[in-house]
Amino acid sequence: MAGSRYGFRRAKNVAAQFLAILATIFGLFWLVWILWTTLHNGLASINLALFTKMTPPPGETGGMLNAFFGSAVMSLLGIVLGAPIGVLAGTFLAEYANKTWLGETVRFVNDILLSAPSIVLGLFVYTLVVAPMGHFSALAGAISLGFIVLPVVVRTTDEMLRLVPAQMREAALSLGVPQWKVIVQVLYRASLPGIVTGILLALARISGETAPLLFTALNNQYWTTDLSAPMANVPVVIFQYAMSPYDSWHTLAWAGAFVLTLFVLAVSLAARAIVARNRIRHD
Amino acid sequence: MSATTLTLPDRRDARDTSTDRGFRWLVTAAGVFVLVALGAAAFSMLWGGHAALAKFGVGFLWSQTWDPVGQQFGALVPIYGTIVTATVAMLIAVPVSFGIAMFLTEIAPKWLRGPVGTAVELLAGIPSIIYGMWGLFVLVPVLGEHVYPWIDSHLGQWPVVGALFSGPPLGLGMLTAGLVLAVMVIPFIASVMRDVFLTVPGPLKESSYALGSTRWEVVWDVVLPYTRSAVIGGIFLGLGRALGETMAVTFVLGNAHELTASLLMPGNSIAATIANEFTEADSEMYRSTLLALGFVLFLVTFVVLAAARLMLRQLAKREGR
Repeated sequence: MAGSRYGFRRAKNVAAQFLAILATIFGLFWLVWILWTTLHNGLASINLALFTKMTPPPGETGGMLNAFFGSAVMSLLGIVLGAPIGVLAGTFLAEYANKTWLGETVRFVNDILLSAPSIVLGLFVYTLVVAPMGHFSALAGAISLGFIVLPVVVRTTDEMLRLVPAQMREAALSLGVPQWKVIVQVLYRASLPGIVTGILLALARISGETAPLLFTALNNQYWTTDLSAPMANVPVVIFQYAMSPYDSWHTLAWAGAFVLTLFVLAVSLAARAIVARNRIRHD
Repeated sequence: MSATTLTLPDRRDARDTSTDRGFRWLVTAAGVFVLVALGAAAFSMLWGGHAALAKFGVGFLWSQTWDPVGQQFGALVPIYGTIVTATVAMLIAVPVSFGIAMFLTEIAPKWLRGPVGTAVELLAGIPSIIYGMWGLFVLVPVLGEHVYPWIDSHLGQWPVVGALFSGPPLGLGMLTAGLVLAVMVIPFIASVMRDVFLTVPGPLKESSYALGSTRWEVVWDVVLPYTRSAVIGGIFLGLGRALGETMAVTFVLGNAHELTASLLMPGNSIAATIANEFTEADSEMYRSTLLALGFVLFLVTFVVLAAARLMLRQLAKREGR
């Protein structure tokens, strides 16, 4: 009796472990499949023209130079708009409002903003910027990306500042240094790698965002540097080309997807590397 | 002591005090800005959608009509599609994520935990449009040619559930969308669960092992009860993402405004409807309807995400953080 019960427990344990391993293989299987597809199709369709020519009309060959440029401009502008406010709000949470009701509310709302669907932010910026202006624009695109950057930077800044040992604040304050100077010259310096990591993670996230740009920057077949006009960008070009019936457009979409994936993975790995290196230095 | 030596530090003190006050105002304004952003996002969609909501009333939520020409709109089909695809996604993603989290915290040898954990997290970073493209060009043909015909001829014949699994093997459809969504949310849920499992105090697990528990019993009877609220929080976090995910779903859902029981048939979701039709919406009422849909999506995800955060916070509080 006791023996069979033990056998049953062991069998259940073995089955559970087997299923857990199977689940992990299942999860990694998709990663390998998606990366392999992107790599395979992307490498086959990548060439110099991709980086030197503009997006072509249907049926013709071309590149995505204007889209790469547009994505770079809007992503950087999004960072420039979102990151400073994010760092300041993160400072507010960690240094001024930690454990106050206002701080807790802001932190809670920020966490929701962090995982809110990006399409909602796109619609928001549409009614905020595009509708009053009367037309789609690169500036509206950058603002919608800025709203995605904001919560990521708030969260990492908040967490990184709270990791700084209290003794560092106390030492600086006891020397008579005013609080703003303690924050700017001592705490920011100590948590700089963490804050940079947050900004890199935000960059990785917005460079692939499609939904918000669809309602704000839209797309542009031509080269433009005008921020008040619609501007081409990699995700929307990929979306439109992949949904089209033309083979030459599909090829370009794969090439764009390949470059985009490579960029996003490289940025996320760089962010991880910064965190890892700093953790070792602290230990 | 002369007067000048006193006033110099005094003046500096005054300057520091005012800069301090200014800095405090600056960071407080930035913090409040975050609050205002979320409120303004909700308000802007309500404002943009009020024309549609006023015209169609509450019936908007359960009307099936979708007639851009006749200016009659109802949200039932997109809402139904959103719920169905998210449900399919969670049914697949939750057990798999639990398995991955168990593997990463209890089963895997130490040297394997780091690399596998990183790989799962990288899967979370891949832009959703890549998932969508892969779904459309790779997954849809495979499912349409090899998997769905089999499902249709086998599961489709069963009583009760048969209606869910019968239909032409198009490859596109709600089951495909649910599967792609599952692949997208697995990394999220799995990494939250792993992080949460790691907070369980070692002595608690060790005592259970010392009493002769198997690994499964430790995970199921010790780790899971200890972390229950946070695990549910992580699942809700994934659900919030699955409900609002746009691009991946838009590619593989098929964009059909029809209400069908079969999971193999094309459908629509709130996010996919907005993404597909917003730039083509040529009338005020059409656009207002889509903004009203956006508001519905916002409300639903807000509730789900708020619940998720509250439950995650419960464990964090016990941890004393």
